This record gives sequence, structure tokens and C-alpha cells, in this order.
Amino acid sequence: MAETGRLRQAAVPAARLSPVTLLRAAIILALLAIWEFLSRSGWLYRDVVPSLLSIGRALVGLLTSPGYYFNLGVTMAEIGTALLVGGLSGLAVGILLGANRFLSKAFESYIYYLGPTPKIIFFPVMIMWFGVGPESKIALGTLSCFFPVALSVAAGMRGIDKVLIRVGNSFRASPWQMVVKIYLPAMRHPIINGIRLGLGVALIGTLLAETKLSNMGIGFLIIQAYGIFDMPRMYAMLIVLFVLAIGANALVGRLGGLDSIKRT
Amino acid sequence: MTARAASKLSGVGQFTAKTIGIGTLVTFLLVAEILIQIDIINRFIVPPPSEIIGSFYRVITQERVFSRFLFTASECLTAGVMITVFGIAGGVLMHRFKLLQQACETWVAAMASAPVVLMYPLFMVIFGRNAWTIIMIGFIAALPPVILKTIEGIAGTRKVLVNVGRSFNLSPAQQFWKILFPAALPTIFVGLRLGLIFALINIVGVEFLINYGGLGQLIEDLAERYDLPGTYAAICFVILVSVLFFMALEKAERWLRPVD
Repeated sequence: MAETGRLRQAAVPAARLSPVTLLRAAIILALLAIWEFLSRSGWLYRDVVPSLLSIGRALVGLLTSPGYYFNLGVTMAEIGTALLVGGLSGLAVGILLGANRFLSKAFESYIYYLGPTPKIIFFPVMIMWFGVGPESKIALGTLSCFFPVALSVAAGMRGIDKVLIRVGNSFRASPWQMVVKIYLPAMRHPIINGIRLGLGVALIGTLLAETKLSNMGIGFLIIQAYGIFDMPRMYAMLIVLFVLAIGANALVGRLGGLDSIKRT
Repeated sequence: MTARAASKLSGVGQFTAKTIGIGTLVTFLLVAEILIQIDIINRFIVPPPSEIIGSFYRVITQERVFSRFLFTASECLTAGVMITVFGIAGGVLMHRFKLLQQACETWVAAMASAPVVLMYPLFMVIFGRNAWTIIMIGFIAALPPVILKTIEGIAGTRKVLVNVGRSFNLSPAQQFWKILFPAALPTIFVGLRLGLIFALINIVGVEFLINYGGLGQLIEDLAERYDLPGTYAAICFVILVSVLFFMALEKAERWLRPVD
């Protein structure tokens, strides 16, 4: 263990000092310097650009407060439920549309064009249907997540190698066996890609709904920080949120082995 | 894309499928109407479809829908011009300086998957509660695809074309304007289409969230007045406008890319 540790340490500095890394470090440092300069110059309204120190302090305060983790838990549970419900229904609809050309012709264009519309505008309706609690946020997240998963799975179904389907048919697989043994394994990449897109929009849908009307969750904390004009705290929360969102996206991609396939 | 992939049905089959699609929608609305009329569904939660259709006219005539539409459209247009200028310039710059591309391309890709719209409270502090907050959110959310597709388009220029330029001894500027840029244009337009879609989604969303501006605010306005048929009608209207917008963009893209 100790040996490998030393070896790795010896190998890393050479890789770290590549021009790309240097440029990245330079860009980050320059941005931070400009930020700090703007913060101290007094050219902008006070606190719009808080000093790095106060953002750092707010970040530490945020990450050490138990209340934050409670709200993070609420939001993650909402997003998780939305992903589960929206993902499974999207998967089912996607398989149906992908397997049946007639159904696809009849209904897929609706899903295709409704997919990219702004889902947050359904929020007043969701409040009516599901109340002001977490349910309406879950519903909005589900609605957002359904479309990319359904479209991606439907396209994935059509892209399955015909040979695989014929193999399933010649083994007289039942429809359920076809789904579990042929369709799902063959569509791993489109499904993961759909879930990745779905996760992104479910996260946005849920959090935006929280900022609009709620009493807990990360979105609520962000809008609360806006309400009391606690800018360092707001920056800290946005930083944590962005890191989590980008990290989750990368994780889902990595799990599905998306690195090896084309980005779409 | 999906529509084309599925288009292997015969003409009659296609017609039947489309009819069944529309028929299902109409049946759904009829069933909803009946369930609401016989009080199985509460009409104060879901207004009857007939009332929603009836309030379309009222919403369009009394809620300044046309000027709201123009407002949202002008925000989209401003964001669109900004992503075109900065996105293409950014892409070209990153293609020109390979080091910059290696350093920043993953950052731009990460930005594309980041929930930028959640920064709207921050933008409200910086720009105030006005159209610029909305435009800037639309701009930043829509920038990454334009940059990435510009890089992809220029990098994907066929070697033969580049060599033609070289053999004519073109200057770097000529090489860019006469060879690289025209060859990359269809791919750049794919990025612009994605960008405009992102911009529209975010612009309408932020309008709704901060209750300011055009079509997004219309929904918020009606919802706050508890005008339920009006809210549903406005949502349908905004969805319709966005769908028409996507369709128009798709047409424009096909027109730009006749061979594919």
C-alpha cells in the first residue's frame, strides 16, 4: 500500500503540470482574483459580489448545519421519487411506443413536441391537484422526467439489433421475458442516457417548484436566502447544488458506461 | 427524428394512426368533461374542458396575449442574438486555440448539464426584477450547446475542403470565412436550435417564477386570481406556442440541411 502510494505521488506531478492543467489553474485563479477585486472595489452594490472569504465561511456554515442536511434530504427524496415514478412510466411508455409502430405513429409526436416545453408552468395545476406539500414538487419532477426517458427508450427500442429480437422469438420468450431478457439489456445505453436527461430535468423541475412555493427543501432555502438578502449563503448553496447536480449527472453517465459511447 | 424513424407505415396506416391519436385525445377530453359534469371530479380542481375552450377567447382578448407574446418573443430574440454572437465566437475561439479547448470544453459540457435556471434569485439581485434577468438566464442556459456544436462543426469540416482552401493559398481569414464557417454552418444551426429551445424554456419558466413579463406571467397572473379555466387555457396556449416554435425551428434546420 505504502509503496503504491509513493509511486503514485511520484507519477502525479509530471501529469499535473501539463499546459492544460496550468491554463485551467490560471483561469480559475484569474476569475477568483477578478471576483475578489470586484468585491473589494465597491463598484457594485454591496453584497452582490461578496468576498470569497465570506462565501467560504457561508459554505462551511452551510455544510456544518444539520438543518441543511434535512432540507437536502427532503429535496433528494422528492427528486428520487420523481425519477422513480417518471422513469418507470417513461420506460413503460417508451417500450410500448418503440415496440409498436402504429402506437408510435399515433402518439409519439405528442410526446416528442411536449417534451421540450417548459414544465414549470404546470405548477399551478399541480398545486391544485396535489397540494402545496412535497407531493406537488414530486409531481412536477415526474412530469419533467417522463418525457426524456420515454423518448430515449422508444428510440432505443427501435435501435435494437433485429437479430436479438429474432433470437428471443425463436426461444418463444413471453412478452415479459422479451422485456427483461432482450429489450432491457440491449437498451442499457439509451435507458441510462434517458435517466441522465430525466434526472437533470427532474432536478430542475423539483427545485424550481420549491423556490415558487414550499416550506422545506433546497429550493426553499435558496429563495429564503434571497428573501433576507443573505448573498454569501445563497452563493454557497448554489455552489453546493451545482457540484451535486453535475456530480450526479457524471455518476449516472459513468455507471452506464456512457463514456464509451457517443454523446447525444 | 423520432417521427421520421417511425415512418414506415403505409399511407392508410399512417392516416388511421393519426386519427386514433387525435381520437384518443378527444375521447379523453370527453370523458373528463362527463366525469366533471357528474361531479366525480371536482370542478374547482379541474374545470370542464368545455369551459377551458370557452375561456380561450376571453384570455386572448382580455389578457393582452398578443403583446405578451411579443414581449416573450423579443426576450427570446435578444437571448438568441446573444447566444449566436457569443456562442459562435466562443466556439471559434476554442477551436482556434487548442489549449483553451482542451482546458475548457469539459467545463462547457458540465455547464450544459448544470441547473443554471436555479440561479434566477441571484440574477434578480444582480439585474433587478426585469427583462434582463430573464434574458440573461435564457442566454447562459442556452450558451453551452452553441459553443459545443460550433466546435464540433468546425472540427468536422471535411479534409478535402480544407485542402482545397490550402491549394488556393487562402489566408487564415479567408480559409475561415470561405471554407470552415460555411462547412460548419449546418452543425452550428443544430446548436442554435437546441440553444433557442433551452432559451425559450428558461425564459417562459423564469417569467412564471418571478411573475414578470410575457406568457409565463400570464399563467401566474391567472392562477393567482384563481381563474382556473383561464389558467388551463393559458397553459394550453403557451404549450401551443412553444410547440409551434419547435416545429418552425425544425423546419428551418431541415431546410438548411437538405442532404442528410
